[in-house]
Amino acid sequence: MSEAYRYIGKATPRIDGEEIVTGKAAFLNDLKFQNLLYGKVLRSPHPHALIKKIDVKKAEQVKGVKAVITHETMPDWKNGNPPIRLLDKKVRFVGDAVALIAAETERIAEEAKKLIEVEYEILPAVLDDYEAMKPGAPQIYENLPGNLLPLGIPNRKWATEIVTGDVNKGFEEADVVVEEAYAYDNIPGPGFPESPAAVALWEEPNTVTVWVSNHKIWRNKHELSVTFGNDVKVRVIGGACGGSYGSKVMSIQVQCYAAALSKATGRPVKVSLSKEEQLSTFVLRPATRLHAKVGMKKDGTVTAIAGSWVLGTGYYSMTTQVQLGVGCGEAMIAVRCKNWDVKPAIVCTNRNASGIVRGFGGQELKCALIPILSHAMEKLSLDPFEVLKKNFVKPGDGYYWRNAEWYDYRGIDYSRAMDEGAKVFGWKDKWKGWLKPTAVKGAKRIGVGVGIHGNADVGEDVSETHVRLDNDGRVVILAGLAEHGTGQRSNVVKVVAEVLQLPLERISISPGDSMVTPFEWGPAGSRGTYAILGAAIAAAEDAKNKLFRLAMPMLGADDPKDLETSDGIIWLKSDPQKRIEWEKVLRFRTVLGYGRFEEDYSLSNCMMSFVELQVDTETGKVDLLRVVNATDVGQVIDPHGLQGQLYGCLGSAGIDSAVFEETIVDPTTGCILNSNLIDYKWRTSAELPVIDNVVLETPIDTHRFHAIGVGEITTSPGPSAVLMAASNAIGQWLHEYPVTPERILKALGKIGRNIQKKEGGR
Amino acid sequence: MYSREEKPGSMACAGKSIIGLTVNGQLYKLEIGAEAGKVDPSDTLSFTLRETLGLTGTKESCDSGACGACTVLMEGKAVLSCMLLTVECDGKSIVTIEGLRNPQTGELDILQQAFIDHTAFQCGFCTPGMIMSAKALLNENPSPTEEEVKMALSGNFCRCISHYQVIEAVMDAAKKGR
Repeated sequence: MSEAYRYIGKATPRIDGEEIVTGKAAFLNDLKFQNLLYGKVLRSPHPHALIKKIDVKKAEQVKGVKAVITHETMPDWKNGNPPIRLLDKKVRFVGDAVALIAAETERIAEEAKKLIEVEYEILPAVLDDYEAMKPGAPQIYENLPGNLLPLGIPNRKWATEIVTGDVNKGFEEADVVVEEAYAYDNIPGPGFPESPAAVALWEEPNTVTVWVSNHKIWRNKHELSVTFGNDVKVRVIGGACGGSYGSKVMSIQVQCYAAALSKATGRPVKVSLSKEEQLSTFVLRPATRLHAKVGMKKDGTVTAIAGSWVLGTGYYSMTTQVQLGVGCGEAMIAVRCKNWDVKPAIVCTNRNASGIVRGFGGQELKCALIPILSHAMEKLSLDPFEVLKKNFVKPGDGYYWRNAEWYDYRGIDYSRAMDEGAKVFGWKDKWKGWLKPTAVKGAKRIGVGVGIHGNADVGEDVSETHVRLDNDGRVVILAGLAEHGTGQRSNVVKVVAEVLQLPLERISISPGDSMVTPFEWGPAGSRGTYAILGAAIAAAEDAKNKLFRLAMPMLGADDPKDLETSDGIIWLKSDPQKRIEWEKVLRFRTVLGYGRFEEDYSLSNCMMSFVELQVDTETGKVDLLRVVNATDVGQVIDPHGLQGQLYGCLGSAGIDSAVFEETIVDPTTGCILNSNLIDYKWRTSAELPVIDNVVLETPIDTHRFHAIGVGEITTSPGPSAVLMAASNAIGQWLHEYPVTPERILKALGKIGRNIQKKEGGR
Repeated sequence: MYSREEKPGSMACAGKSIIGLTVNGQLYKLEIGAEAGKVDPSDTLSFTLRETLGLTGTKESCDSGACGACTVLMEGKAVLSCMLLTVECDGKSIVTIEGLRNPQTGELDILQQAFIDHTAFQCGFCTPGMIMSAKALLNENPSPTEEEVKMALSGNFCRCISHYQVIEAVMDAAKKGR
């Protein structure tokens, strides 16, 4: 397909490439501000306590301290679902904010912080999701009995469960019914390299400008507007964002700390978290515990799924209800089944909050659901590749999506991509049956596994773009985008260049500034390719049409369709000698094209991941040897960027969340024990598995380039595949993530059962 | 983040009131002191580069020597600038990401160009550190194997997983540099 295009599908340099490799790319901490103050946060050492008394006098007296804010003096700003105060009389996890300090230097702010005297009344804490739901458990919020959060989103129709058909009938039709419990509750962190940070400037009475490290600037503006109240004018400016993986959408708190301190001092204030603060107080993946019963026929048809899904969100939720709705829909996309009765719950505990990370609900649910389906497959001696392929959504099927509406799926059958992936991986040769290793070499055993994921958020929410044709023949794109690594801004330039047939160098894109750009929900859920580019394409087409209308009388044309353009020249198709430069058409005017994308949940992307790993049965160490990712993207837009997203399957709490990544919370103190980059395990380049990416291009009915995004989902199919592969390698079902040496050796009976039993797992 | 605990006059700079650093070929004479623009004895090299000299291309991420984002060259070897006190670097020659371009022609270093050609970055935050680690490797070993590249970059944290494209870029740069 790419041959037909000038830029689409071809490797072009990222527009910010030179800035990145020369160190000029300005991340939040690289920005310079005059008169800047530095904000610091005093945090709670207790997982659950009431602040009885807080004395800030000594801190305020330190030379250079400009403001100290406590729950008593903090504006009554609330956010989250349900909304909670940003500084409260009650602290709910180790690291919860107690006071904010603004000072002339970071050092002064740190020193002043130590002088704040706080008297706590320590309350009993609860850290386990199931314990929190029991009668008599410590109550984290007065109005949330059982520590259960309300499901759904206020004032919007939202999916809160998967209930359809008749599960009893489904179980009767099944050839085998299994009931199992699995947990994916190791709460890995997204681990982006640039810590959360913001600068805010509050100008009285009611204007605030916030410089953010967040790719979703308009979403960010929306959240801040809701938090501050609509009488406050909010402007959000986003530059280079040093990694997010979805999670920096949750930076509202850091931004509000900066805003409150700026409001108190009248000066710009920066709050920039340390790595330890990031890893211990910024969001983690939600925890999942699933207890479910599934029915399956001999041919792999899933007849019924019933169970309870508990999502642990820590002390707070901003989006967990949203993730729950998306996770339910993604389960229906991955498993065609007529009868469902899955009842979720969201539970609070006294640990750091969970929030957005790539995979967004579906990865969490599937990491428990696919292993349960695997037990049924084992009983029927079915090949998981065949069962997962058979059960992924096909044209003619449908699903309830997050808004609780039914969608008839109008996308492609992804079976061909899966078959191609299986071929490249060598699945048929490597799969030896359930709980059977692919190969045994002394103490080392090789195992294989497969997983799948698909997401209909490829068409979520709204994007708007303006494409402005200037009178010098150049183009400016106004788009509310900050670059966070997917190459989204470059791809917007690319599609506009393709539509207008202009050299890339003639096109610029505005900074991500809510004051100058139209509404843009921002990159999330792989929506960039369909939704964001869809709006950009429409804006470019609109601008071109308007330009042609201006040129028509000059070229004697009756209809814009009579004209064509390339490299800034317009000509009459029927008489190409009749031509005119853009500059001459535009003279002393600009042309503004507008494009809008409206939500569409009738398409899903798809990725299947195959993994091969080696287990050392003497040490318990698991080495990931090879990953094959198989997908169909309709049409490649940016080949390098796509490869990068696919390689990203390992990081950001992806495949490695099944191999070795976990956040360890001390069950007695509630402290996170590995909130630094030495104790939090991450994959180094010395231990990279081989990754082969199989990418097909079957045109998909999106926009004129027939492309669909997959970036967000690449982390998602892998973890359950790792659990499957490790189980096969050692011949024992493993029920918990990650597959640490301890868990392997315990399953092999080589060490005692000294690892704390969890009710969700085994 | 960075905090300065020490006051001027500690052991590290005993007897000296000015230190000299050559950064990207330019000699900086820096006074010891706690005031802005001076070097406090507790200042790390990354702090001095970023905040005192304004060379923000060097990134701070973990600030504890675990992630490699702050990697710069000192006497041609890769060092973690968040783990060095600036006063310890007196008389040393430092190269940062800003110093890799050819100062005469403005041309990018072969490695920088290779990173662009292979899109060997996603968010780009770890990229300056990656490039400096790779530069140190190629200084010592102009024709590394892929394994040697992987080992040389194993201290550079990247959560986007740019590693595969980084390795391609470094191998390509090594080939072109020969």
